[in-house]
Amino acid sequence: MTTWHEYIGSGLPFPAWPYPVRYGNEIRVTSDVLVLGGGIAGCHAAINARRKGVHVVLVEKGATKWSGHGGAGVDHWLNACTNPCSSVTPEEFVESVSRDCDGYDCGPPLYINAQEAYDTLLDIERMGVRVRDAQDEFKGAAFRDDTTKLLFAYDYKNRIDIRVHGHNVKPCLYRELKRLGVEIHDRVMITALLTEGGRQGARVVGATGVNTRTGEFHIFSGKATVVAMQAPGRLWTFSTENRSMWHDLNNSGEGFAIAWDAGAEFINLEKSWPAMITPYSYIPYGVGNASNTWYGTPIVDANGKEVPWFDRDGNGLQFLEARFQPSPGQKFILGPGQHVPHTYENDPRILAPDLSERIRKGEFVLPLYADLTRLPEKERRAIFGLMVGNEGKTRIPVYDIYTKAGFDPDKDMLQVPVLPIDAYAKSSGVNYWAGKSMPLLRTGAGGLLVDWDLRTNLEGLYGAGGTVSGAGAHSTAATCGRYAGRKAAAYAITAAEPVIDPEQTHREKDLIYTPLQQKKRSIGWKELNAGICRIMQDYCGQYKNQETLAAGLRLLGELREAEYSRLYAATPHDLGRALECRTMLTVGEMVIRACMARKASNRFLSFTRIDFPAMDPPEWHTYLPIRLQDGEVQIRKLPVDYHLRPPYSASYAENYWLHCEP
Amino acid sequence: MSEKTYMLPNQPTPNRAVDFNPDKCNGCNRCAEICRNDVLMPNPEKGKPPIVLYPDECWNCGCCVQECTHPGAIEMLHPLNQSIVVIWKRKETGEEFRLGMKNPPEPNDKPAAG
Repeated sequence: MTTWHEYIGSGLPFPAWPYPVRYGNEIRVTSDVLVLGGGIAGCHAAINARRKGVHVVLVEKGATKWSGHGGAGVDHWLNACTNPCSSVTPEEFVESVSRDCDGYDCGPPLYINAQEAYDTLLDIERMGVRVRDAQDEFKGAAFRDDTTKLLFAYDYKNRIDIRVHGHNVKPCLYRELKRLGVEIHDRVMITALLTEGGRQGARVVGATGVNTRTGEFHIFSGKATVVAMQAPGRLWTFSTENRSMWHDLNNSGEGFAIAWDAGAEFINLEKSWPAMITPYSYIPYGVGNASNTWYGTPIVDANGKEVPWFDRDGNGLQFLEARFQPSPGQKFILGPGQHVPHTYENDPRILAPDLSERIRKGEFVLPLYADLTRLPEKERRAIFGLMVGNEGKTRIPVYDIYTKAGFDPDKDMLQVPVLPIDAYAKSSGVNYWAGKSMPLLRTGAGGLLVDWDLRTNLEGLYGAGGTVSGAGAHSTAATCGRYAGRKAAAYAITAAEPVIDPEQTHREKDLIYTPLQQKKRSIGWKELNAGICRIMQDYCGQYKNQETLAAGLRLLGELREAEYSRLYAATPHDLGRALECRTMLTVGEMVIRACMARKASNRFLSFTRIDFPAMDPPEWHTYLPIRLQDGEVQIRKLPVDYHLRPPYSASYAENYWLHCEP
Repeated sequence: MSEKTYMLPNQPTPNRAVDFNPDKCNGCNRCAEICRNDVLMPNPEKGKPPIVLYPDECWNCGCCVQECTHPGAIEMLHPLNQSIVVIWKRKETGEEFRLGMKNPPEPNDKPAAG
């Protein structure tokens, strides 16, 4: 009697909605610091704001105990440059990444992460997360430091990426939130930011939300607000029939839409690249591959012949250990899983780059397998047992389920998916064999523009995690959340009382309940979502031009007027999903407008314009911050190193120490 | 089993997302409380397992299974288009196994590291 169909089919009466439904009922909540989003960034923000002694309210669309894109676990703590075993300084780190990224997305979040990732790790250790090999399970391993008992990934020489037992990171954060007395509101979807006088561009003083179990309308006020609501995840690709969706369904982009409507400024919205995880992908970390969590795994063909590894200069590697050392002349390996292009400077070792050719010629026979038995026992266990077992969505979905089904890494080889032959050319990065990369199914990027206080252009509004451009990976989200939380609290301590504009809340309340009305030829949220994705795939896809971008914008507007106006929601849960479609329409419009503004192609942004094919002309090496002002789109140019120019210092370190407020 | 046949639409895909063992589940609803996408609804009858109302919204994170305090009460299931290609080969014998196969091999009981 597990599924709804079984329940109904058994003749039992139609089940009533199990929660009290009170559409229109208003709940008012006040705070000093209002944290929107209870994922990794939001929890760290709330904890660190609370440590300053202010009243903190945390609002989460799902349930904070396990929620968030990083809530299902973590295996890698990246870029912890200040850990005692590291040979890379934060300065060296950001300079290297800056070269790889042409200077894009190398602002405050990147340096803050490099400086404070290790401190944040010690924080979660105190909260109960195991961050070192206290039980000596990996004693003697090349990736272990015997003094600190820290375990390292990717680059065993430079040691900036730490392997952690993070499967329970979220319950530990949640326990700390409760211990400190943070006021948590779960099952509340934020629908708008509130501003002083209801004016676009004014100080942010709160937010509205709707409870997705009861339908109640919430009005939150806060002296300071931290938006940590991830980035949009299903703008180009959406399917529940074909799995897997990498982004948690809750990642619909409210953080973007609400900040945009309030007048916040964004950068890099024009960036999008072929989605690695699409409806045609595989169980994340659950198929044979040699990248990321599985980095270094021996790959063999159907006859057991091993695929060789190479360094960045095309030299074959003689020994297994060489996979975990930088190439000759390379300063350090940059851990994958970040949105940094793979370059000669930072690339890890790779499988034969001509593997596709060699398969075609019959030298290697499909299918391929990940042969963990060829690894020394500690390396094997590190991959299947530590990484797979703690990385997000692996504890139960891969480790538990596979071992219960009889998979034994000491005896078995896990098959690599059978892919189009050319997909085997890249063992890391774009295709790590858990995905079927399709150019028309894209993933977006970009986000809020922030300063050295992680504050947006709007007074009182701070940002952390995926909602901020360049701040999405787990340790970056945690670190920036921690930083933004304390900055928001510092501001709140002396800020004036927030005043909510009743007109603004009334307007918002009227808008959000319209999907509850039955309509002629009503449409449900899933079909609407798929329609939005279709527009984005066709009109804002791999190749763009002015005419089709403009047509896409028009289509989104027409969809708003026509199909969206017929959206019907039968329950409070449905209502939340329906309002997510409203969010996605706004985000689609934001993205298209940003694309129209950039009249040049751009490598880092994976941005190709048919009508402006010149790649990276110097005058277009710039951010194009975009925002709404009095309902009109404003665009300006901003140097990509704005964070090292007046009013700031030219030095990362100096800016950091002036602003960090430890 | 009911004698009557009802007009039922197609099941959503995936059909099941999680499965409950009614002999082990006591309907405490801890899983329903923490599911990020609110996929599980408390059963109208107390003490019975939750109803999986939105299997199509399940993220397959397994947090519900981690949260459950009654071993064996809840099991997460991968959608078929994912699980059907999880295949492994035993080196010694050349035998092939796959997730969800009819006669699976013995479980491997080794716990995760730490």
